[in-house]
Amino acid sequence: MTSRRGSADERRDRMRVRIEESVLPPLVALAIAAVVGDVLILIFGQSPGEVYRQLLEGTWGNAYGFGQVIYKATTLTFTGLAVAIGIRAGLFNIGAEGQLASGGFLAALVGLALPAGTPGIIAILLCLVAAAAGGGVVGAIPGALKARFGASEVIVTIMLNFIVLALLNYIVAAHVHVAETLHTPEIRAGSMPRLGDVSARFAGSAANTTFLFALVAAVGVWWYLFRTRQGYELRAVGLQPDAAEYGGVRVGSVWAKAMIVSGALAGLGGVNYVLGYKHYYEEGFGTGSGFLGIAVALVGRNHPVGVVIAALLFATLSQGGLAVNALVPKQMVDVLTAVVIIAVATSVPEVRRALASARRARGTGGREPDSAPSEGLISNPGPSSQFPVTDSGS
Amino acid sequence: MSGSTAVRIRGVVKRFGPVVANAGADLEVAAGEIHALVGENGAGKSTLMRVLAGMYPPDGGTVEVATSGGALREVSGWTTRAAIDAGVGMVHQHFMLVPTLTVAENLILGREPRRGLSLDLAVAEREVRALSDRTGLRVDPSRLVSDLSVGEAQRVEILKTLYRGAKVLILDEPTAVLSPPEVRDLWKVLRRLRDDGGTVILITHKLDEVIAISETITVMRAGRTVGRLPTAQATARAIARMMVGREVSLAERRELGTGNGEPTAASRERQAASVPGSPFPVPALQVSHLTVASSRRPNEVDNVSFTVARGEILGIAGVEGNGQTELIEAITGLRDVSSGTISIADASGALREVTDSDVRSRADAGLSHIPEDRHRRGLVLEYSVADNLILGQQHRFTASASALDRARIASNAASRISTFDIRPPDESLPSRVLSGGNQQKIVIAREMGRDFTVLIAAQPTRGVDVGAIEFIHDQLRKARAEGKAILLVSADLVEILALSDRVVVMYGGRMVVTLPGHEATPEILGPYMTGAHGAAGTAT
Repeated sequence: MTSRRGSADERRDRMRVRIEESVLPPLVALAIAAVVGDVLILIFGQSPGEVYRQLLEGTWGNAYGFGQVIYKATTLTFTGLAVAIGIRAGLFNIGAEGQLASGGFLAALVGLALPAGTPGIIAILLCLVAAAAGGGVVGAIPGALKARFGASEVIVTIMLNFIVLALLNYIVAAHVHVAETLHTPEIRAGSMPRLGDVSARFAGSAANTTFLFALVAAVGVWWYLFRTRQGYELRAVGLQPDAAEYGGVRVGSVWAKAMIVSGALAGLGGVNYVLGYKHYYEEGFGTGSGFLGIAVALVGRNHPVGVVIAALLFATLSQGGLAVNALVPKQMVDVLTAVVIIAVATSVPEVRRALASARRARGTGGREPDSAPSEGLISNPGPSSQFPVTDSGS
Repeated sequence: MSGSTAVRIRGVVKRFGPVVANAGADLEVAAGEIHALVGENGAGKSTLMRVLAGMYPPDGGTVEVATSGGALREVSGWTTRAAIDAGVGMVHQHFMLVPTLTVAENLILGREPRRGLSLDLAVAEREVRALSDRTGLRVDPSRLVSDLSVGEAQRVEILKTLYRGAKVLILDEPTAVLSPPEVRDLWKVLRRLRDDGGTVILITHKLDEVIAISETITVMRAGRTVGRLPTAQATARAIARMMVGREVSLAERRELGTGNGEPTAASRERQAASVPGSPFPVPALQVSHLTVASSRRPNEVDNVSFTVARGEILGIAGVEGNGQTELIEAITGLRDVSSGTISIADASGALREVTDSDVRSRADAGLSHIPEDRHRRGLVLEYSVADNLILGQQHRFTASASALDRARIASNAASRISTFDIRPPDESLPSRVLSGGNQQKIVIAREMGRDFTVLIAAQPTRGVDVGAIEFIHDQLRKARAEGKAILLVSADLVEILALSDRVVVMYGGRMVVTLPGHEATPEILGPYMTGAHGAAGTAT
């Protein structure tokens, strides 16, 4: 029998294991990316130290750069959360790009339709609802097709990106654009205060109060996933749909709901640009942010806290690329971003294996069931996922 | 040939992290014998045999295998490839066959006979057919593996091992998936192999098998070898005591298994007593004219009707794949029915139809379900013990409309863990790391720890150790004594006979025979299980 003290120690051990397993792999991946970055920088005949110094100075080193990081991280937080909640439910939402655009467009339309004198708080709320609805509708389509017909959400979301973006471009170009441009007129109500309005030090940066909503969304997603019955059921569906079904969960309906929530989160990301920065919808405003959300979710291990951190990381790289443009081509940072993603995808399983065997050598931590290694081809291979989804977190 | 040693294992140690699977295990197998390696689940039998077959390198000790000349050669830590080349082959519990290939293609995988650049399938099929005839392992080489029954797939596994030239054949729990006649066929094949000079090592925890087939027995407990004796001198009781390390109540299992009437008469009294004022059984679960489709057939369950009374255990025997899974899924709401009705008694005792209700409302109506596959359905393996202890009841553990009540989940876990003795007693561990027996206790604790009227217990003791089997059987008996209605579905005939007040046999989606528990014996049920009585048994 374990004494109270013993079990407290065990708990601490497990907590350490959990932290190691969630923090170490991304750190290793970053180290690998840094080494690759060094090589690239050397190829361009520059000093890595100098480039990294400028990269940091141009981002976290001054208020403007930091504001830009915050701005970019805000959109990425929303799309990262969108992808993460999908993966938690066992769905791979590649349609954040289209959902983001759709959300931004609807927010712009509502902002345009509202009378100029509408009180800010009401206008913002209405625009937020519109953005969530715009993304949610686009997410609902693959969700419903998956739940009803078993259609692969991967294929449907990819194809919907083309449909949605083409449709929005047509509507803007044919009906609501300002002459000589590809954007809508400026919204009359619902704009988010910029950080530059609050403190002059942020002047010129696109950062705006949408980032507060992104943080609220992250906390909300965390609470939903780990503290509510619906989150319990959603994660069960993602981990083991058969067990969830056994537990009285309607798997199809969870899939449909998860895709709506996922789409709504991505849609809210459009607010950052439309309400916070330019105050109009413009064709291609979110280019890449939806897809980068996949990387954000992957690096953030599908945990809201991880997503926020990963969003900041990718935003830093993106903004840093501009800051070091004088020394190396800004595309180098795009390459670096891709290297980070590949390194994370590779190192997560690899580092976890290494950690597990290190623990075995130390003689602490998890145990291995006797029958583990013999999975036959004819038997059910069990729940497998393309993603390193674990239930760590809460 | 006999007298010489085929395999000698000394002091093998094998660790998986902190878990010691083998702690100094010994095994000596004579050439040309059938050797039974027995022990509880988790005793380290499979691990030891995987060390022998080259799948795991040992952390200590030596493994020696006879060469063709008969001399022993140390091979500790060899590869599976080397083991196969030396004639040591293992047939696993989980089959390792490619379902989309034919029997012949599966057999030759890795050593295909070629004609020029192309595969010579004609030669392959001829070779396979010859081997099949020689060993008595009959199976058509041109059939797809996905079309085979489990028994046939096992024959292919054995053939595959023999095709690769195995002289020492290791079988891991081979009868777990077979009906009694198939088991008899397997024994015939094994004896034939032995008579041809082959050596067979049989891993099992079923004592009747050990006594039926083996010449020598080695008993393992907790990773160590605790005894070796000739089968002629062994009794089931003595082996069981060695396996567990204490006396086990085998008596009741045996007695009922052979069909003596006494205990069932006792259960009859209990049944009558559980329904005060009524000498007649009160139905708690009623299934009428139920037909259920599967992806393969429109009548996987074919017009089945039965009732389970309060205080009764109805046992469904039968070889797996005869509609039991679909029947259970239909009753619990996991699968749509094509026609027929399902009714469950409500609080007042009146039957209420639930045919169109969903899983959750059936559970709320008092239906508990121990699913046949705990790793797929019964548990979310990544979830903590505490979270698994509320699966299916999660809507009862909320503080508001949606927020989970963590405090109640924790106190529920604490009380279930102590009542059902789940080890280690830590509700925050992921269920994945618990042993099979303790994982099953989580399911049992959840389904039997709450208020219920009807329990569907499917393979409740599959893959759990003897100690846990006793515990689970006691729980089922206790529930029966409390007036619960229990539908027991099991591939283990001994279990069915030990617990059931009535036994039905399912074959081809139909219930082909119903017998009172005290009249059922393996001899009577066996032919029904294989459909031999199919024509005569259409009484239902």
